[in-house]
Amino acid sequence: MKFTEEHEWLRVEDDGVVVGITAHAAEQLGDVVFLELPEVGDTVSKDDEICVIESVKAASDILSPLDGEIVEVNDMLTEEPGKVNDDPMGDAWFFKIKPDDASQMDDYMDEAVYNKFIG
Amino acid sequence: MTDTPKRTPLYDLHVELGGKMVDFAGWEMPVQYPMGIMGEHKHCREKAALFDVSHMGQVILKGDDVGTQLETLCPQAFATLKEGKARYGFFTNDAGGIMDDLIVSNAGSYWFVVVNAALRHQDIPHMQANLAGVDITEIFDRALIAVQGPSAEDVVGALCPAARDMTFMETIMADIMGATCRVSRLGYTGEDGYEISIPEDRAEEIARAFLAHEDCEPAGLGARDSLRLEAGLCLYGNDIDQTTSPIEASLTWAIQKRRREEGGFPGAARIQKEISEGAAKKLVGIKPEGRAPARQGVEVQCANGHTIGAITSGGFGPTVGGPVAMGYVSTNHATPGEKVNLIIRGKAQPAEIVTLPFVQQNYKR
Repeated sequence: MKFTEEHEWLRVEDDGVVVGITAHAAEQLGDVVFLELPEVGDTVSKDDEICVIESVKAASDILSPLDGEIVEVNDMLTEEPGKVNDDPMGDAWFFKIKPDDASQMDDYMDEAVYNKFIG
Repeated sequence: MTDTPKRTPLYDLHVELGGKMVDFAGWEMPVQYPMGIMGEHKHCREKAALFDVSHMGQVILKGDDVGTQLETLCPQAFATLKEGKARYGFFTNDAGGIMDDLIVSNAGSYWFVVVNAALRHQDIPHMQANLAGVDITEIFDRALIAVQGPSAEDVVGALCPAARDMTFMETIMADIMGATCRVSRLGYTGEDGYEISIPEDRAEEIARAFLAHEDCEPAGLGARDSLRLEAGLCLYGNDIDQTTSPIEASLTWAIQKRRREEGGFPGAARIQKEISEGAAKKLVGIKPEGRAPARQGVEVQCANGHTIGAITSGGFGPTVGGPVAMGYVSTNHATPGEKVNLIIRGKAQPAEIVTLPFVQQNYKR
């Protein structure tokens, strides 16, 4: 699993990279009450704002960590945004992206480095 | 503000309870505790929550005609406010805008006024300059604690039996664990409850005693904001300010009949005119139909796509279970049931004008 400075996690699967937000991010956001996900088939570029996540406190954007195509989104989350607080690293994944260039993954941190990053 | 934020007498308790401390109006205050804003909000509606509101300005007024004098600055009927009663009011300016909102209590031998934390530096000189023959003293040695929710009577009554017999907007001096406290049955959540002014050296001990009650949990500024929003209560700086008149702000109910007729307060010309003819815009409840919260600044459009106003307070209402908002719209679009659109991140989201509050107020009348 890889981690971005924007507190996203990336997990490589056979048909794409699954992306969610870290437990640390979910805790900082507080109770999540609204989520807007990209659409399957969207072509996105790295750092595009592709999701909106709102907690009881504020709205934040989620940036695409990679160039590629959105191949799956977790529709359950738009119905039950609170799942992001319950299981951010598991069931509450956001979307799956098919990367144009898998080497972009190399820019990101491994778990040990991320844990140091959030100190 | 570059000054180091100030700490209330309950600072150490907040930290011990895991409060996430933020700078609010120059004070280090808990925005939430480990339970989280949603949990604290629901706990307040279902049982009881304790809030530290010691950052607010507490002022003692003494003189022969304090009520009459206050009427020169406020459009409320304070001259006839009975001893032992509290009343919501506001200072108006010459243009009919609202300088601050406040709670005024007639304590018999003196008057007790609570003003917003951020505006104490405006309000106190304003009173000193304008209230003839009134001695004005800001008190810094008392904490202010709010206990709110359906169990508040049990939580406070366990330590202060006299509190049980009070009704909404009553105020008394009462003994709590040997400390002389001012206990007022009012609040800012839409629930029954109390605000209690406590000598600072006893505040932590008394707060701990309230929290020892199984129904009482601490709540922070986050829950305080979502509770007051669901209850349709204005936040100074968001929903009301120097430019908004009380009529625009749908606060006409807070101007008693005699004052509406007689005037004699700053901005009376505009305010009386708006009472008889109506104002061009009005503060209303706005219920988004979807799930996206509409926050402060979001544009409101009528069904034809014209701008009719803006959101002044908005967020997620944990008790409502969805987004809730308040904002100003043109009076001709302010009728409950009117369909409007909210422009959130460039997209029009459907919403409806609704009657405030979003939740039933549960005051003990």
